[in-house]
Amino acid sequence: MHPIDFWSMTFVFMLATFVGFDVIRNVSRLLHTPLMSLTNAISAIAVVGSIIIAGEQKTTFSTVLGTIAVAASVTNIVSGFLITDRMLKMFRQQSGKR
Amino acid sequence: MMENLTQASYLVAAALFVFSLRWMSHPKTARRGVAAGVGGMSLAVFGTLLHPEIIAFHWIAIAVVVGTAVGIPLSRVALTAVPQRTALSHAFGGLAAGLVGTAKYSLWLGEGELTAFRTGAIALEVFLGFLTFTGSLMAAGKLQEVIPTRPITYRGQNFINFGLLVIALFAAVALVIDPTLWALFPVLLALSLTFGVLLILPIGGADMPTVISLLNAYAGLAAVAMGFVLENKVLIIAGALDGSSGLILSIIMCRAMNRSFTNVLFGAFGQVQAGAKGAAEQKPVKSATAQDVADLLEMARDVVVVPGYGLAVAQAQHRAFELYEQLQKRGIRCRFAIHPVAGRMPGHMNVLLAEANVPYDALVEMDEINPDLAQVDVAIVVGANDVVNPAARHDKSSPIYGMPIIDVDKCKTVIANKRTMNPGFAGIDNELYTADNTLMLFGDAKAALGEVVKALASESGMGH
Repeated sequence: MHPIDFWSMTFVFMLATFVGFDVIRNVSRLLHTPLMSLTNAISAIAVVGSIIIAGEQKTTFSTVLGTIAVAASVTNIVSGFLITDRMLKMFRQQSGKR
Repeated sequence: MMENLTQASYLVAAALFVFSLRWMSHPKTARRGVAAGVGGMSLAVFGTLLHPEIIAFHWIAIAVVVGTAVGIPLSRVALTAVPQRTALSHAFGGLAAGLVGTAKYSLWLGEGELTAFRTGAIALEVFLGFLTFTGSLMAAGKLQEVIPTRPITYRGQNFINFGLLVIALFAAVALVIDPTLWALFPVLLALSLTFGVLLILPIGGADMPTVISLLNAYAGLAAVAMGFVLENKVLIIAGALDGSSGLILSIIMCRAMNRSFTNVLFGAFGQVQAGAKGAAEQKPVKSATAQDVADLLEMARDVVVVPGYGLAVAQAQHRAFELYEQLQKRGIRCRFAIHPVAGRMPGHMNVLLAEANVPYDALVEMDEINPDLAQVDVAIVVGANDVVNPAARHDKSSPIYGMPIIDVDKCKTVIANKRTMNPGFAGIDNELYTADNTLMLFGDAKAALGEVVKALASESGMGH
């Protein structure tokens, strides 16, 4: 790998971490449990790496590991987004207040 | 051409993920955040499926079906079980990262493509991934109470853990220097799996909110390492967002208990503090009946309820809501004061009360309610103990000294509900119960609150 690639990835990591700190700090404390299940679903983006390994079928070993990894990630995506939405639906405002 | 389309879809996906978290800043926009997350994820998966290296889709399809079949029931668990579910999903995230790292190592080893950088990134990914996997399974087991929740400690524990970490580091460095030393790879793998278990063993039930957040951060970092391995920027971004979220939540949890990370990880809190100030002077306890409490509430103008996890254990959330409704009907202000560690994970108590229909504008954080408490007529403490113990403010010998608490002792009257006079979760005496302005309402939280609600309801039927 070219050194430039490494450094550009490191820059992305640094900037994303700053954005992350800033955005998360503003998340309502009411919603910290749904926040955790949401970030959980989002970090299941690991599915993209798993899909390639399961789909390129280079060796049996890698295909098996890739397939398990896809299943694990999809579990997190499905359950993470569904339960976040289920919890958020319960948060309602006091009736009478607009 | 295809590559451009893939990268463009990753770019938009990354932006949607940032928006998704941004919209979590308020309950009103939060559900839009979920939609943005789903959109980003779909785009990223679509972009990935365009990859020309993918020659067969059947294994992917089978895995998607299996993942969905497991995921749907996991999203329907009771809200008291959400901490376990969350720990379990950290385990899945760690597992995926560890497996992808292992697969990549074996592929690149065969192709002779292992560089020092790649091996280093894989070592980090595999170590974080597998330690998150077993660590989170342990945490889920403790939360589900399949594994004893008390801290399991033995002599030389920290020494053994530290030793394992050093050996793992040596194995990783040796692999980076010579990536073809493949026999070291399973060693690294076994060490990570073991380290995850040993790391969680000494941690007690009271520290679970911090541990879940910390494992959240590890899972995010494992995804970042995977991004470096696969040279995939959307993975780095999503992992960084997850990691920073986990880190912030762990810091909030640590501050809420006045502890440091090292103290949580190596301190084995939650053990019953052996003879922490025996029974000092046994001051008498004043107890009240449900009718007394109802009469007090009738005359109050401002009421605060302080719920702890005991409320959820007794499944008294709905009774708490009925109490709220009764007070609202009379024009009495009623708010719920939520300590950051009131539940078993960050924000847990809010979700439990929201499920029982308590509107979110009645849920108030500790820092926001404390300045108001001197004006509050009645505070009702249900299922909470340490988070309202005034000893945290002044008793230097108390194990919870320095922990920020909800200062209910400053309210005009305190009603504390408890089953018996036994010390609470952390086994610490609570002087609140013997204070002059405290009345004890003994009994199971659900039954006791139910009786108070009944007494209030019957009075309004006769009186007004």
